[in-house]
Amino acid sequence: MSFLEVRNLSARVKGGGPLLRDVFLTVEVGEVRGLVGESGAGKSMIGKAILGILPKAVEITGGQIVLDGTDLLTLPPAVRRMKVGATCALIPQDPLTALNPSRRIGAQITDRLVDILGWTRQRAEERALALLGEVQITNPARVLRQYPHELSGGMRQRILIASAFAAEPKLIVADEPTTALDVTVQKQILKLIAALQARHGTALLFVTHDLGVVSKVCQNLSVLYAGKVVEDSAVADFFRAPKHPYSAALLAATPKYTDPFAGLQPVPEAVIAAVRAEVEHG
Amino acid sequence: MALLQTLLLRVITTAVTLLGVAVIVFFVIRVVPGNPIAMMLPPGATAEDIANLTARYGLDKSIPEQFFIWGGGVLRGDFGTSITLKQPVLALVLGRLPATLELSVLALGMAILIGGAAALTGTRLRETRVEGGIDIAQGMALSVPDFLWGLVLILVFGVLVPVFQISGRVTPSLELPFVTDFYLVESVLRLRFDLTLDLLSHMLLPALALAIPLAAIIGQLLKQSLKETMHLDYVTLARTQGYSEAKVIWSQALPNAILPTLTLVGVQFTFLIGGTVIIERLFSYEGLGNMAIDAVINRDLPLIQGIVILFAVIFTGVNLLVDLTYAALNPRLRHG
Repeated sequence: MSFLEVRNLSARVKGGGPLLRDVFLTVEVGEVRGLVGESGAGKSMIGKAILGILPKAVEITGGQIVLDGTDLLTLPPAVRRMKVGATCALIPQDPLTALNPSRRIGAQITDRLVDILGWTRQRAEERALALLGEVQITNPARVLRQYPHELSGGMRQRILIASAFAAEPKLIVADEPTTALDVTVQKQILKLIAALQARHGTALLFVTHDLGVVSKVCQNLSVLYAGKVVEDSAVADFFRAPKHPYSAALLAATPKYTDPFAGLQPVPEAVIAAVRAEVEHG
Repeated sequence: MALLQTLLLRVITTAVTLLGVAVIVFFVIRVVPGNPIAMMLPPGATAEDIANLTARYGLDKSIPEQFFIWGGGVLRGDFGTSITLKQPVLALVLGRLPATLELSVLALGMAILIGGAAALTGTRLRETRVEGGIDIAQGMALSVPDFLWGLVLILVFGVLVPVFQISGRVTPSLELPFVTDFYLVESVLRLRFDLTLDLLSHMLLPALALAIPLAAIIGQLLKQSLKETMHLDYVTLARTQGYSEAKVIWSQALPNAILPTLTLVGVQFTFLIGGTVIIERLFSYEGLGNMAIDAVINRDLPLIQGIVILFAVIFTGVNLLVDLTYAALNPRLRHG
């Protein structure tokens, strides 16, 4: 059985239209799966649903989120929180807002290891120091005593990555972890995530709208359109021969380094109409 | 270095502020109608009597001249002599100050406790009926001024269900072993908890009357900041780490959300001290405010001046304290 199985998950805005429609998604132990789609397709919602941080206005209307053999949606909130906290982690989108401005970096990495997972303070501090080294931060001891406003965006994202790996989680949800960063920093951060993932053998659900990123770090991907998974393929197969016409159009719309003057191919309206009809009625 | 500079600047601006207050109060109370001499003499006094007494208190001189005589004294620590009480103003005022400080600090503590509890509960149970109830209670608390709360409290807890004292600072028949005027503090330090209880029984209602509107303001602003903070990414991240909602509010959101409230508390605390004037009168509490009203009624010019200057010193002191606390709590200011 897969480490994570999202089965027929449906969600909607309370009193509004559907956000997720019968989503089916698996992540094996150690697998890196990309989750791509346009803005508003619901890719971040899936990550939030797994981690239990959906906005209050969103309600799950059906399906299961089976993590390590247990359906999270049937657990009492406190039990679910502890299970997710102990086995999963989030690399957030915007490193500038994801660190608490009034607390030192060290505390932000170590506190939950002590408070939630019951580590000793000393063990947590040693771990934080080692991890900052692993994400290539020079002078980690000093950084641990600093406040977020003293560090650059790239540094803060490294810290958040280190923090995500701190408790050796089985699954990390990376929610567009490079979108808010400068292009030159994006590449380093991607490499870093890939390297840490490989070293720790952590399963990774990589939420992004950037197919280029997927081709670099993921083994498999799921393509989401209007809250429904329309394609589930190995990355190599996807780039060679996408199964779904929408995926093919999406791929064609991506600019190519090999032919920079080819111009962009917008997704044809006929394809959009077809995929919309399929998602809404089938 | 930067801190020293800021501090120096604060001392200078504080001095200028106090000078301004002194000038305004000195001239205004001499320009408005009413004459202390007329208050002191019996109705049949002759013009000569009036002239003699006026000269004795230096009130025959021009107002600027009077100001410089008084100002010179103040710089030497001499605030003059009360016309009605015939005692040095400084000693009178400092003797009453502790009573008012104890009352206002108790009121502030109660306001922070009540307002903070309301804000935390409202945030934890946001978008439920409980939050709606808290909002309504706060709206009511805010729209009634402190002296009306005083009357309501006297009626309810002093008359209908007489559980608390409604007059004075301490039961007059009690032996007081105190050497300072900080009765409440000293009773605790001397472990005379019987006296502490008696003092609190007198202070509770006036303190509550002062605290209710401030508690509502604190509760409203803090809840609003907390709710905004609860949407931020670092709070969401803490949720994924296994922290309970209560713990997230307390240890992640509160330290950041409290900053605007802190500034407000400083400003509002000075209003609260101003409010003691009426509340002390209402509860016959022997503090500075009560003395201030007597001084105004009797046109006791030196005493009014002394009290107003002291209030101004307290206000600027509180503001300075707030700024320092703010800097201590906000790391972004400490380094900047």
